[in-house]
Amino acid sequence: MGEEFKDIVLHQMRKDMMVKTFKTGQRFDGRKFDELRPLEIQKGNIHTAEASSLVKLGLTQVLVGIKFDVLTPFADRPDEGVIMSNAELSPVASPTFETGPPDENSIELARVVDRGIRSAECINLKSLFIEEGKVLAVFIDIYALNHAGNLVDAASIAAIAALTDAKMPKVENGKIVRGEFTGKLPLSSLPVAVTSIKCSDYWLVDPSLEEEYVKESKITIATTDKHVCAIQKGKGTMTRKELDNAIEIAFKRGDDIRNVLKH
Amino acid sequence: MGNANPNVKLMKDGKRLDGRSSTDIRKIRIEVGILPNAAGSAFIEWGGNKIICGVQGPRECIPKHGADPYKAVVKCRYMMAPFASHDEHGRSGPNRRSNELSKVIREVFESLIITEAFPKTQIDIYIEVLQAEGGTRVAAVTVAAVALSNAGIPMKDMVSAVAVGKADGEVIADLSREEDNFGQSDVPVAFSNRDGNILLLQMDGLMTRGELGKAMDIAQESSKKLYKLQTDALKEYYEKPHGAKKFQL
Repeated sequence: MGEEFKDIVLHQMRKDMMVKTFKTGQRFDGRKFDELRPLEIQKGNIHTAEASSLVKLGLTQVLVGIKFDVLTPFADRPDEGVIMSNAELSPVASPTFETGPPDENSIELARVVDRGIRSAECINLKSLFIEEGKVLAVFIDIYALNHAGNLVDAASIAAIAALTDAKMPKVENGKIVRGEFTGKLPLSSLPVAVTSIKCSDYWLVDPSLEEEYVKESKITIATTDKHVCAIQKGKGTMTRKELDNAIEIAFKRGDDIRNVLKH
Repeated sequence: MGNANPNVKLMKDGKRLDGRSSTDIRKIRIEVGILPNAAGSAFIEWGGNKIICGVQGPRECIPKHGADPYKAVVKCRYMMAPFASHDEHGRSGPNRRSNELSKVIREVFESLIITEAFPKTQIDIYIEVLQAEGGTRVAAVTVAAVALSNAGIPMKDMVSAVAVGKADGEVIADLSREEDNFGQSDVPVAFSNRDGNILLLQMDGLMTRGELGKAMDIAQESSKKLYKLQTDALKEYYEKPHGAKKFQL
């Protein structure tokens, strides 16, 4: 997209100011380079969904709703349930979002969140089997409510937070009995995505919107307590050493977030 | 990919099912300048993958309001032919997977192309996967770099991409379709050649930090092999009279 002249100048001025602040070891909002914005997790606000979570990461707000449905399994995996993720970047969340079918940003967002959860194998898909030709499908719907930077981490936290709260629906004669449940959805691990960006030789975790505007490189790394389970590098270039540091930070901040999730 | 199936054996006597060692890459053939109507083009046969890449531009940016007064806009479309997959007939047109791949491939070349040289224009990279056998996105990046060179578009560096990962507990290079489907992890990665910077990196599946480091080492080694293949193909094209060799799909 073509940028207006004033935007280019503004971003450059803002970037110069930011780099000046970085030299004092701080970011614009007073955070350290490896510090997350304040994280707030609410669960169960949406009563029509089997589970839901609203995550606030600074001013960024993302709502995730979980629904279960009965579906025909994929032909190559007849005994496994299905996970489906979708992200909606509605114009309520940002003046730069447009209506219409999902664009590449919303597709990427949903697929990165999905990949973390799927790769971590935190949901046992075989436990979602009902009977021949019928399995439970878990729908993870991501709604961005306010885009103030780093939607992907907020969405990833909201998705896993909602899943920790999900109850298994009661199934009778191959149909879901809505409003009745049989215990909780078992999760074997807590995959969490942590994004870092580079701005003039400084690596910043959990970028705010103004930081995202001036980023040169970006990487999202999802971890469980032991493993790396998904990586998505965005724009720009990075060295092997920078990658190692980003993974280190992803584990550290991932553990912090997991501690919040457990309480 | 993340569907590790312990019942599928992918290693036998220290070798992989197709006889390769853990660091061997499949057989690769690159041909340059195969499409007369494109500004630049290339074809890659990488194991069972067959991919054509055509580059158009720099040309007028459409729609005009999308143009950038300071640099060229890079656009990329990765498409998989409906007959390209071993499984059922695919739907034609873009899908969620191809949308994502188009984006990550475009981002690779946005970092490489000297876009400031062509303000107000667009450079289109069209990638057509005709036959798929695992690792199409890395083959696509590799062939697109050659096609862009063939189009004479200035780039800061050459990029070579390869998928590494883990199958049957072993860290391996250049995953085949089976290793991709039934292995534990898949890590497509692209390096720029002179400075070894990472331009594309994705991962799914599970790996420890140690395994991921080893995989990145193998990827860097493999990318050097690819770089040689890319430059050899370009040299061959420009050293011999054009059209001397007949292109074979």
